[in-house]
Amino acid sequence: MTAAKEMPTHFLSSFARLEHQLGQGGDAWFHRVRKEAIGRFAELGFPTTRLEEWKFTNVDPIARMPFHSAEFRADGLPTERLAELPLAHAAFEQRCSRIVFVNGHYNPQLSSRDLPDNLIASSLASAIERNTPSVKQHLARHASVQHQAFVALNTAFLQDGAFIEIPSGVTLDAPIYLLFVSTADEPIASHPRSLIIAGDNSQATIVEDYLSVGTGVYLTNAVTEIVAGENSVVEHYKLQDENEEAFHVATVQVHQARSSIFTHHSISFGGALVRNDVNVALDGEGAQCTLNGLYVTTHKQHVDNHTVIDHIKPHGTSRELYKGILDDRSSAVFNGSIIVRKDAQKTDARQSNKNLLLSENATIDSKPQLEINADDVKCSHGTSIGHLDEDSVYYLRSRGIGAKEARSVLTYGFANDVLNRMKLDAVRVRLECALLARMSGGHTQLEGL
Amino acid sequence: MLEIKNLHASVENNEILRGIDLTINAGEVHAIMGPNGSGKSTLAHVLAGREGYQITQGEAIYEGKDLLAMLPEERAREGVFLAFQYPVEIAGVSNMYFLRAALNAIRKHRGLDELDAMDFLKMVREKMKLLDMDETLMNRPVNEGFSGGEKKRNEIFQMAVLEPKLAILDETDSGLDIDALRTVSEGINRLRGPERAIVLVTHYQRLLNYVVPDFVHVLSEGRIVKSGGKELALELEEKGYAWLEESAEPMKSGVNP
Ligand SMILES: Nc1ncnc2c1ncn2[C@@H]1O[C@H](COP(=O)(O)OP(=O)(O)OP(=O)(O)O)[C@@H](O)[C@H]1O
Ligand SMILES: [Mg+2]
Repeated sequence: MTAAKEMPTHFLSSFARLEHQLGQGGDAWFHRVRKEAIGRFAELGFPTTRLEEWKFTNVDPIARMPFHSAEFRADGLPTERLAELPLAHAAFEQRCSRIVFVNGHYNPQLSSRDLPDNLIASSLASAIERNTPSVKQHLARHASVQHQAFVALNTAFLQDGAFIEIPSGVTLDAPIYLLFVSTADEPIASHPRSLIIAGDNSQATIVEDYLSVGTGVYLTNAVTEIVAGENSVVEHYKLQDENEEAFHVATVQVHQARSSIFTHHSISFGGALVRNDVNVALDGEGAQCTLNGLYVTTHKQHVDNHTVIDHIKPHGTSRELYKGILDDRSSAVFNGSIIVRKDAQKTDARQSNKNLLLSENATIDSKPQLEINADDVKCSHGTSIGHLDEDSVYYLRSRGIGAKEARSVLTYGFANDVLNRMKLDAVRVRLECALLARMSGGHTQLEGL
Repeated sequence: MLEIKNLHASVENNEILRGIDLTINAGEVHAIMGPNGSGKSTLAHVLAGREGYQITQGEAIYEGKDLLAMLPEERAREGVFLAFQYPVEIAGVSNMYFLRAALNAIRKHRGLDELDAMDFLKMVREKMKLLDMDETLMNRPVNEGFSGGEKKRNEIFQMAVLEPKLAILDETDSGLDIDALRTVSEGINRLRGPERAIVLVTHYQRLLNYVVPDFVHVLSEGRIVKSGGKELALELEEKGYAWLEESAEPMKSGVNP
């Protein structure tokens, strides 16, 4: 079923209102970027299922919903409502630098007061206001407004998000934790925009966490641009556990310089309709990239993961593992594209997508796309779709483990290698708990699995 | 402890067990031998509760209860243990977790407290030492990447931890070198006791030199065609099964020999 192209009138009039609100003040460059983006978005419209890239994901429900813009409210989010969130445990909270956004807007009350001195971290809004040179140098230079409608939409409404700059040679000991909370009390659209710049020889871990309080429908349309300098090491987590009414569209656009090491963990647990685009350009010799994904869906959830790994320069390495656990009538898409350019000799790329269907009604569309233009490369990919192995269930039961627990343990075991690749214990433990709770109603013991 | 009467079982309308009668008392060790495909593993799995078999006739009474009506996990909790001929590999689940979950499920059923991680570890270490097992195996996923011998040892190790009342060991001796066979045999002998019974499914006399059975049965084409004492195994080793199959024919057709 293809949807007719729908004029995004709602967003166009919201944009006009926002323009009016922002008035003539502010930076001309920034204003131009936004105007161009809305112009491009008006041309592109929302993607339809006639587009190859959106074949299995129908965004009609997003196009039809009369969202309004998220306004900044000083009162933000009452602290007690944070208790509703499945945050990583306290030790992690204390150790990391936390920056909180409520409906896309920076919330100073909830954010850490003291950020490490060797780090430039602020809201993007204030970085723009301060005329930070690296913002102009990188913002909207990596994520494509031309081809991606949701990036264009995000850029048009670009107001706030995280700005993080790790100076050259700096190693951050504690992770930076970016929490994006939506108060799902009304159908608002928020467009958080983050820019992460890791200087040459720097090292950092950044966690983006998308959560909701409240159970209503809303849209998160996030874009994160990551610039990994020469020899930098960046570990980036994107966790998404929003409510099951939420629409979540997110693009992570990465530019890797020579010898940089970039690792991305993408976890999708929540949302009604979720689309993740992760695009990585290995634009320097010997760059290494690892994409690690887990999507767990149930009811009528739909999760679409599109990744593009673009090997531009020689001696690049990429490792991609995405796993899906699909229950009930849920559906998922995995589309993993690996491009090896003519000059990217000695590229070593491996991709794997494995899916576990827990129900006969769940569906997965998995598609690897290899486009190889160099001759001296190693590329491999594999896809699997299967059910729980009944012999394994029987083996566990024959040792006294109940049928239900046996199934949840095996399901957990399926996801375990993705979780084990996460270096942050606190994040991993939280995800393990969330996963087991979903599988079994939470009674399974955890330790030592 | 276990009384099997006229047990018939089929897979997809293929009758594989064709009238098994076997009584096993506490304290006894029974060996079941027989040619490939005679139904030894089928009997073991029917007793352990694997799905996919139709029981068309007969029954199995375990400690006064209808064994065949119980779920596999209930049988395990009641003390039935099957060491698999082909142990299953479980990705992503450590041996430690698996065994602790199993032990605690069984302990709970028996009204005992769950063992905490420390006590469990202590107990596990002891048993591993007895079976000469590499401790690192505990943190590896169940059977994944284990050698044939390691898998078999792991089965006996699980048995040692779970302390079943009725242990059925399906070809646990196949694919073991002599040293491994000795340690595995020791593990089995250690479980021997007046309250327990052991059923050894095997092709070879070798194991029975170490674990001396009280009874030996020969299974052929889904029936027990001969039973005897430990000397029967020696006779089988010498003569093979052919003479039994021939002499079994008249029995099947009901003519007295
Ligand atoms: N699930 C099944 N589906 C179809 N046939 C089966 C199944 N399981 C067992 N059989 C058949 O039943 C017969 C008995 O098999 P079983 O595995 O019980 O033999 P066995 O005595 O254990 O042999 P071995 O000594 O080789 O282990 C064989 O002919 C086998 O092919
Ligand atoms: Mg067998």
